[in-house]
Amino acid sequence: MPTVVLSNARDITAQALTPRAIFTNYPLGNPVGRPDDPGDQRAGLIEGLNLLTDATAPGVIVDSERVWTESREWMQLIFSDEQPFLSVHAEARRLLETGQTH
Amino acid sequence: MVEHVCYIEKTRDYYRRAGYVRDYAWAKNVVCAFTRLTKPLSECRIGLVSTASIVRLDPRLEPIDKTQIMGSSKLEVYPVSARWPVDRLRPTSEDHDRFQTDMKDVNAYFPKDHLRSFAKEAIIGSFADECLRILPNYSQRKVLNVDAPEVLRRFREGGVDAVILTPI
Repeated sequence: MPTVVLSNARDITAQALTPRAIFTNYPLGNPVGRPDDPGDQRAGLIEGLNLLTDATAPGVIVDSERVWTESREWMQLIFSDEQPFLSVHAEARRLLETGQTH
Repeated sequence: MVEHVCYIEKTRDYYRRAGYVRDYAWAKNVVCAFTRLTKPLSECRIGLVSTASIVRLDPRLEPIDKTQIMGSSKLEVYPVSARWPVDRLRPTSEDHDRFQTDMKDVNAYFPKDHLRSFAKEAIIGSFADECLRILPNYSQRKVLNVDAPEVLRRFREGGVDAVILTPI
């Protein structure tokens, strides 16, 4: 079955090695497009559909030219002590579900 | 290559700083299947599968589905009708960048209504009657051997020609 992944995490997608992927450099949670921006969301889907037809070999990642913000600050802050990825509540549940301990 | 966040490195460093001794093993493959599209998009039936955490709501906006964020060892492939009203889907995600974005606009990650429009506009042939949701899971074996075959079976049964995947 031909597939295309719409991804916000280029390194994870590259390592997993998918048949085709569009990488959009947006914060995690917006693989299709910017919230409340139907034009941008449609553009992301069109990029994906075009890659479905155009790709000739597995592992291709096409970098979308769409930009989240002019500032790159959000990229530096993610997973920092200032902006821990999971809330305390979510982290506690993750630990419970995975049986992990420090 | 465009500038991008190195999530594998960032998560490893973040959890090491927090005192964890075992690094998370992200999926790593050296080969992958590749199937070409054999007909024009305008003749293709397209399917959608997402790891987005969402629950369906009844007309009084009470949840119909149990909130499930992380997968277990059971088969977990949840269909959502393509016709389900988008304002009766509630995000329950904890896997997004909560400082930069929220998951209120479902179309940003579960674009079923856009794909229905694409079918009406003849950009694609048709859109599958059911979209599929699978849960994020720490077990790669379970995803490969349990959930993925079920996704394939359902889409084949629904006459789907190609699939768009939206991981969160």
